[in-house]
Amino acid sequence: MNRRPTFLLSCLMFGIAFLYVPILSMIVFSFNNARLATVWGGFSTKWYGKLFQNDQVLEAAFLSLRVALVSATVATILGTCAGIALARLRRFRGRTLLSGMVTAPLIMPDVITGISLLIFFILLGSWIGWPAERGFTTVALAHITISVTYVTTIIQSRLSQSDLSVEEAAMDLGSRPWQVLRDITLPIISPAILSGWLLAFTISLDEVVVTSFVTGPGTTTLPILIWSKVKLGVTPDINALATIIVAVVTVGVLIGWAILTRSDRRRRRDMRLAEQSNA
Amino acid sequence: MPGSDLAPPSGPTDSPRQDGPREGPHEGPVARWFNRRGWSDLITGIPFFWLFFFFLIPFVIVVAMSFATRSPTSPPFSFGLDGGLLDFRSYARLFSDQLYIRALGISLWMAALSTVLCLLIGYPMALALTRLSPSVRTIMLMLVILPFWTSFLLRVYAWMGLMGTNSWFNRGLTALYNMVVPADWALRSIQMMNTNFAVVVVMVYSYLPFMVLPLYANLERLDMTLNEAAEDLGSRPWQVFRDVTLPLSIPGIIAGGLLVFIPVSGELVVPGLVGNPSNPMIGRVISDEFASARDWPMAATVAVALLVLLVGPMMAYSHFENRAQTRREEAP
Repeated sequence: MNRRPTFLLSCLMFGIAFLYVPILSMIVFSFNNARLATVWGGFSTKWYGKLFQNDQVLEAAFLSLRVALVSATVATILGTCAGIALARLRRFRGRTLLSGMVTAPLIMPDVITGISLLIFFILLGSWIGWPAERGFTTVALAHITISVTYVTTIIQSRLSQSDLSVEEAAMDLGSRPWQVLRDITLPIISPAILSGWLLAFTISLDEVVVTSFVTGPGTTTLPILIWSKVKLGVTPDINALATIIVAVVTVGVLIGWAILTRSDRRRRRDMRLAEQSNA
Repeated sequence: MPGSDLAPPSGPTDSPRQDGPREGPHEGPVARWFNRRGWSDLITGIPFFWLFFFFLIPFVIVVAMSFATRSPTSPPFSFGLDGGLLDFRSYARLFSDQLYIRALGISLWMAALSTVLCLLIGYPMALALTRLSPSVRTIMLMLVILPFWTSFLLRVYAWMGLMGTNSWFNRGLTALYNMVVPADWALRSIQMMNTNFAVVVVMVYSYLPFMVLPLYANLERLDMTLNEAAEDLGSRPWQVFRDVTLPLSIPGIIAGGLLVFIPVSGELVVPGLVGNPSNPMIGRVISDEFASARDWPMAATVAVALLVLLVGPMMAYSHFENRAQTRREEAP
């Protein structure tokens, strides 16, 4: 198109401003000297200092990180298996059920997921004595169950875009299925595995509704702590906490994105070289 | 993987390139066993049983719970108190008590409104993204995706800061409003917090990326030569949009719309923080029945009712997703 689509571009700019103005306003007011969170009273970093003396916040952040590490790792293993199964195995028993169970949590309202897992944990606890109490384990189990869906979707779509012929060639040359898996399939999907893990990690760090149902006394993750504080209103120290979280997430996403783009570029270059050497 | 280091006699790394005959492996019995049934059962079995155990069984329990009787025991329910195995009293209450019908109605209405607004804001954004040069497009796309990775809770919180009566945003809007209306209608501040309006604004804000990304994925794949052909044949730009782009982007609109509509209708955080407490949405009702009233059968019944209302949209979503998936697989 040779014309500049002015109308569309101004819509895009408006939309991006809409997305960023609230966050930027929150960041600005985290440096507010005044006690009132929404009226400007001079520049100060005192709320950040207070935050780092707050053991409750630091403990919650540490707990959230541990839950996220465990649940992202397990969810990535489960989701990679499910993604390979759904994309590469044509027929197996329970295929319809598995693909249904993979899609359904994606579109299940959080409240219902939370209540059903809580009832399940309570009943299981009274029938077989496990889980005896709700806490780290139940929260991690819930987070894994939510994230598996997303990891599976990422792996599955990556595999369905890639060429089956390399795997078939290896099979024809006498490789056993698990060798094909180890030497070809897994290297193909390794960027997808990384982005699946990152997504599962952020989902776990961010999850509040399901967590509020399945958590127990003494297991306060960071979002649960923030939720209980935010219900009481806007305060400068939450602005500061929010600013730190936004900064960490932004840096993390940019790094992850840079790694993925680089590996993608390298893969394309390798493919081009391979084609040239064939020609 | 069990057995992986037992199997290949020729060393683990060079086996894919071995020039053996084509008829399958002849190695040890362990490798043969593993090859025949192990690996595919393993990679399907593990996620299958996980989801069966932690998704399907809890879900079936909720459906069964909706037919249970509330009782003062712990856990607070029982089956078959009055002779019959199923108790339909929760369902009777669902239809007789105005609270539930009203909450369902409000939730679906808010979800529909948020979806339409997301579409009106998100469609031009997605279309604009496809018209940018690749390098600018990457940056803009990143700007749209970034808030989606940032904490949902904090994005809602950011709006609480904007909508409070003392905030610069509220004062600015109030000043604008007072300039437009006659002097005796003037306001000191606009009541935005704890209204349905606030809920819709924050929902649109929070779910906008869910609308833009599927739309962009759809619009990006459209064949621009069709637009050029229509222009060459004398169509005005808006005619090209109406007759070419819009009909071809319907799958994207449906995917984005459902990704907004379904989660918004069950949303708990947004109405809890900025909504009107006397107009509870259905998520709040479910959680209150469960936690405050300790009426598990009623909570389960309302949950089932919400799912029944969403089942149409959900089936539509998975239908369109499956079709898109097969199209991607069939594409050369």
